[in-house]
Amino acid sequence: MIKKIKLTIIIFFGLFLFIVFFKGLNKSNNYSPINILTKVDTKLTARSLYSNQEISLEKLIGENHFSLINVWASWCLPCRKEHSYLINLQKINNINIIGINYKDSEMNAKKFLEDLGNPYVEILIDADGTKSIELGAYGVPESYLINNKNKKIIKKFIGPLDDFKFKEIVKIASNEKI
Amino acid sequence: MKKFKILIIAFVILFNLVTNLLADNSDQINKISKNLRCLICQGQSVYDSQSDFAISIKTLINKKINDGENENEIYEFLKSKYGGWIIYDPEINKNTFLLWLIPLILFVFGGLLIIRKVSIK
Repeated sequence: MIKKIKLTIIIFFGLFLFIVFFKGLNKSNNYSPINILTKVDTKLTARSLYSNQEISLEKLIGENHFSLINVWASWCLPCRKEHSYLINLQKINNINIIGINYKDSEMNAKKFLEDLGNPYVEILIDADGTKSIELGAYGVPESYLINNKNKKIIKKFIGPLDDFKFKEIVKIASNEKI
Repeated sequence: MKKFKILIIAFVILFNLVTNLLADNSDQINKISKNLRCLICQGQSVYDSQSDFAISIKTLINKKINDGENENEIYEFLKSKYGGWIIYDPEINKNTFLLWLIPLILFVFGGLLIIRKVSIK
């Protein structure tokens, strides 16, 4: 009798371990902060690329319905690729695109925008990368869609924008009731 | 000659002052960054990594220390931006309580087994 109980306990324990490890096999262990959606720290200030003045995010977020904060650099190749999407997004009236220029030289950044167009309402310079960290960024390129009313991040787009992400942004912006 | 000596002494004092000022912060930066996971480089701490992300975090820690923030405030700040995963030392919450509890349970269970075996003999 005791032997039987012991056997069933062992079998159940084995089964339990098997299920745990089997589930663990399928779970991706690549960490991504994509689901950490907090409020944007509007007190963040940085120098503007063109006007050379200190500008706070608070002033930039609030003028329109949505903001798209885009972290970019001229040395980043995927940024070059995603730029046409940003140019197209600029045509949507209720989105302001705010650029964060990540660890870049000002000359190269300006040249990049001359070549490919400037979709940004304002570009803030992040020379040492700390402003991006304060925004919770990972690297370049990265975009955050922000609801200007409650200053919350609606969605993070890590990596370059593509057709799929572009459509998603357009969809969120077009049924604007948030 | 005398002037030269004075110059050397002044230089040594200045050098020491500067290194002391720098060393003071870097000790604390090292301590904090060793406990932070570099999120874009697997298996490395922020302290070990030379990636853009890790360098930026180290600069930020330096800034925060200069602003007078302590270790816990910096951890809290980074946790709010990147989640609990960035810190190597997992805190106890509803997702991690088993992690902390299982070794304790096994320890007690094993102890009971040993006591039983000994007392049977």
